[in-house]
Amino acid sequence: MTTSPAAPALDTAFFTAWITRAAAAIEADRVRLTELDAAIGDGDHGTNLDRGFAGVMRVLDTTSPRTPATVLSLTGTTLISKVGGASGPLYGTAFRRAGSALGDTPETDLPGLAAALDAALAAIRKLGAARDGDKTMVDALAPAVAALNDAASKATPLLDALSAMVDAARAGAEATIPMQASKGRASYLGPRSIGHEDPGAASTVVILTALRDTAVAAASDGHSAASGGPTDGREEPSGD
Amino acid sequence: MTDQQNSGPAASAPVVGLVLVSHSARLAEGAAELARQLGGEAPVEPAGGLPEGGLGTSIELIEQAVRAADRGAGVVILADLGSAVLTVKLLLDDAADLPGPVVLADAPLVEGAVSAAVAAASGADLDAVRAAAEEARDFRKL
Repeated sequence: MTTSPAAPALDTAFFTAWITRAAAAIEADRVRLTELDAAIGDGDHGTNLDRGFAGVMRVLDTTSPRTPATVLSLTGTTLISKVGGASGPLYGTAFRRAGSALGDTPETDLPGLAAALDAALAAIRKLGAARDGDKTMVDALAPAVAALNDAASKATPLLDALSAMVDAARAGAEATIPMQASKGRASYLGPRSIGHEDPGAASTVVILTALRDTAVAAASDGHSAASGGPTDGREEPSGD
Repeated sequence: MTDQQNSGPAASAPVVGLVLVSHSARLAEGAAELARQLGGEAPVEPAGGLPEGGLGTSIELIEQAVRAADRGAGVVILADLGSAVLTVKLLLDDAADLPGPVVLADAPLVEGAVSAAVAAASGADLDAVRAAAEEARDFRKL
């Protein structure tokens, strides 16, 4: 019995389930993210992102997005409007550009998802002007996107590809601990920013872990993550 | 106030507007108050903090301020730091429905606002107002 679970369809319901899970995971990690930010930033990252994702959930609950791109675009626009800190425009433009990359397809696949996250990374790099090693969310997202692209080019099964993505993001976030920040408020600390994980990199891990967990939950259900009826994919996000 | 005789365009050429973006509503309003006092005629609009109060940056407040500051000659935005700068850059990236040309000056908020307001009130065009704001980076105080 070595059959792996069926890969879920990467459709509108899947993307809605991802954002829903990400919102719950950000809420659950709000205090941890804010504490990371209090060490080197202005101590509002968890609070800001939680406010933003709570706004996203209100929007998704009151609209019926018809495509994956619409889910991501609404998510991005709401984060830009509601977060109030630097993570709002950064994550906001990332989700919007990822949505644009998907076009109006009703369902994407692993290469399509990888291309969308590639577009998200490019948007964050452009807006924030952060390079690798600047101790930012780029240090988690860039290796994650590279791992996903690598997996896509080798036709790796979806769940394995997403696990490789999360592992790379986590390793990238941990690698920010010894870095000295050169962007944002943490850069004012100079060498005193060393020794702390970057909160943006940490929240990137949370959001990408929610993506992986959504796929795992949908696969174990044997159908799409949110095909209408109650599913078993609603348990607490697994966090770490 | 003007010595342009026949060379000027219309008698009341539109003036460049300014928007001051800060994490703090009071900082944006205070900087605008100072720039208006020293700058005279130029429209200066603050966009500080979050709509519901508190520190932060709101793309909606910035967009409203740009509309309020626009007199048909373009708008120069100055921002304090971090998310204020990022939010303005993002707004300008999707500037499809902003009025006229809108630019972000790479300038210190207070000194740049005063310098830009004086330039705008004197009838300088968009590029000259932005340049005036950016020259404020090099003003020495000692």
